[in-house]
Amino acid sequence: MVKRKHLLGLQELSKEEINTILDIARPMRDIIMRDIKKVPTLRGKTVATLFYEPSTRTRSSFELAAKFLSADTLSINVSSSSVQKGESLIDTIRTLEAMGVEIIAVRHQQSGVPKFISLNTKMSVINAGDGFHEHPTQALLDLFTIKQKLYKIEGLKVAIIGDIYHSRVARSNIWGLLKLGAEVTVCGPPSLIPVEIEKLGVRVEINLQRTLEWADVVNVLRIQKERQDAGYLTTLDEYRDWYGLTQEKLEKLKGKKLLILHPGPLNRGVEIDDYVADSPNAVVNEQVTNGVAVRMAVLYLLAGGNESGNVD
Amino acid sequence: MGLKTKAKIMDEDGIRRAIRRIAHEIVEKNNGVENLALIGIRRRGVPIAQRIAEEIKLFEGVEVPVGILDITLYRDDLSSLSHQPVVHQTEINFPVTGKKLVLVDDVLYTGRTVRAALDALMDLGRPMLVQLAVLIDRGHREIPVRADYVGKNVPTSKKEVIHVHLAEIDGDEAVYIMEKEDE
Repeated sequence: MVKRKHLLGLQELSKEEINTILDIARPMRDIIMRDIKKVPTLRGKTVATLFYEPSTRTRSSFELAAKFLSADTLSINVSSSSVQKGESLIDTIRTLEAMGVEIIAVRHQQSGVPKFISLNTKMSVINAGDGFHEHPTQALLDLFTIKQKLYKIEGLKVAIIGDIYHSRVARSNIWGLLKLGAEVTVCGPPSLIPVEIEKLGVRVEINLQRTLEWADVVNVLRIQKERQDAGYLTTLDEYRDWYGLTQEKLEKLKGKKLLILHPGPLNRGVEIDDYVADSPNAVVNEQVTNGVAVRMAVLYLLAGGNESGNVD
Repeated sequence: MGLKTKAKIMDEDGIRRAIRRIAHEIVEKNNGVENLALIGIRRRGVPIAQRIAEEIKLFEGVEVPVGILDITLYRDDLSSLSHQPVVHQTEINFPVTGKKLVLVDDVLYTGRTVRAALDALMDLGRPMLVQLAVLIDRGHREIPVRADYVGKNVPTSKKEVIHVHLAEIDGDEAVYIMEKEDE
């Protein structure tokens, strides 16, 4: 059972809590597959998305998840809100609270903002990505997709490839995968691997081909072009040569089947080639569907426990 | 608050006879089994629906499809529950549109479970008709719902609770009236 008011990250969740969310995401996925994609579970509840960073995928995913559960939704696009007039974060939160919003999904460029909000509101807070810290629902949908395709997590060898340093997806994935018993290797340019990341319990590898030979699953991260100004990378072409998932590199595996995940949006021709992205081993579109299902499960669990003495 | 057993109102034979009678009534009322399907409401409605289907197969020689309905997401009491109920999968592997459906549950009480089940079914398609079969009807309806097939009518007080035990879930076969002990 998940007796929490907030979902701030996978670091704080137990293995049992993660498994409960994944179990409940399965019947939620069935709902998405039906003609009538709607159940009355959260009727009368209001869910808001408050995004301080642009995102289409995650925000629409939260919104659809809430709608499929019959909640009312409100989407605050910060670039066109009073935040631009200088409204403070806490005042924005107080306003949403006063409007009757019960659950809020927050994305912010600074790590720790969802936690800060959770300490200052009656609403349930879901971290929809904070700085370089965590992106728990993305990791949950990755875990769900791996389990859906390979029927287990425990004992699997999972490689996370790319810019580990700037990636909240990588961090949340590491916490989740390790808790569910997978082995994790991070692979990328040395300049993009945080120092002492081994202390989390992962292996570090800078050679992509060796990593691919080792792995059952690879999670290819998006190269965040917007965060590369500081000179971590030389050129994108060079990155593709060394760390891009190309047809040539996969063919060297001589028929070994790898499950390929990517959180999207894809930089085709940089971290992943068309041939790979469109191959049957890549499950990018399934990840998107599963993202809605996992977010439905999270909304259900947080909304269901609100009056029952939550621990968080 | 604890519960103590007040009376055993059905034993294994009683349950078997009730289910057999319901199976016969379903076939009679629907003039056969054409277009018929059974939908068990999780959890104890499921084994009862399966047993009704087995009985029908014995005397009609036809396998009636059985689906499993989970109504957790259709409940109207989510925020008043002390813990979130676990959501299970609905497993109905046939189209419900145009079918004569018999919804099956163990106990009919307030009627809210049946209402939720009807909502859930309507979201899956448009059945030709829906009937209701229950092993026990204990009264105290809060919604205008009536069962078409009843194994046993058991007038109860609101302080009492009906416990249906089935071999598939509980390991034994019996129906008990339990009484809430005073605090």
